[in-house]
Amino acid sequence: MARVIVDVMLKPEIHDPQGEAVLSASHRLGFGGVTAVRQGKRFELEIDGPADSAALAAIEELARELLANPVIEEFTVSAG
Amino acid sequence: MTFPGSLDDTDAARAVRYAGAEPVPLWHADRDLRGVDAVILPGGFSYGDYLRCGAIARFSPVMAELVPAARSGLPVLGICNGFQILCEAHLLPGALTRNAGLRFITRDVRLTVANTDTAWTSGYAPGQQLLVPLKSGEGAYAADPATLDELDRAGRVVVRYASAAPNGPTPNGSAPNGSARGIAGVCNEAGNVVGLMPHPEHAIDPLTGPSGDGLGFFTSVLQAFAGAGR
Repeated sequence: MARVIVDVMLKPEIHDPQGEAVLSASHRLGFGGVTAVRQGKRFELEIDGPADSAALAAIEELARELLANPVIEEFTVSAG
Repeated sequence: MTFPGSLDDTDAARAVRYAGAEPVPLWHADRDLRGVDAVILPGGFSYGDYLRCGAIARFSPVMAELVPAARSGLPVLGICNGFQILCEAHLLPGALTRNAGLRFITRDVRLTVANTDTAWTSGYAPGQQLLVPLKSGEGAYAADPATLDELDRAGRVVVRYASAAPNGPTPNGSAPNGSARGIAGVCNEAGNVVGLMPHPEHAIDPLTGPSGDGLGFFTSVLQAFAGAGR
């Protein structure tokens, strides 16, 4: 049993209105020092066996196929 | 085609009937297109927009039948969530993202028909203006510059936003949701697969919609197979 983390973010060139809304709210709360916010997703996957290179490669394929939309998102996979 | 959470399948069926064709219900879990001549993926919130809009619906059993049929020339129209599903299924390029102003937009929008060679727009005149409801929270079309250039070059932008509202101050060509290059709908290379965010099925007669301008989508496709030996 092992845990694998997949972090998904919009590609930098994609407009992120949710992040902008969070930034505005941060400022309204008094956190004026925050200058930019981008919002993404984190997936925590439990897998059978170890998080070896084969397992991570399989999760990368899952990320490309389902967890992220490669047209507008990029992702990283790491053993958790 | 009805998925869990589809909303506008009934109105799409009504539009098909209005156009003089027979609507056939297709179910997401059935690997069966029931011998239809064309397929409509309707609007709504399939799977609650979980993960991403259309991301789960694209893996439905019925889609396993639809994808090869679409690649072989079957006319397919994706409306709103249907457009999102077609992009997720890679039957159309690009993706739909959160509206630029974050607001869910429910508004009648003016569209310009930019391509009248597709199976679904052959009955319109080039440049014809349509008044059709837009009803979406994630309708901002996005694609990389190379894809956008290719869509422009190949004439694969099917409909563009002309203005945000009939009397609105928004300048021509802008999209109320921030869609790249004012793109409201696109087609595949062969022109049999079309996706658009606005709802032509909600504009098939002036009694129940802002206009009857949307009916042309449903009558055009009848010509696509009327002469096909059926």
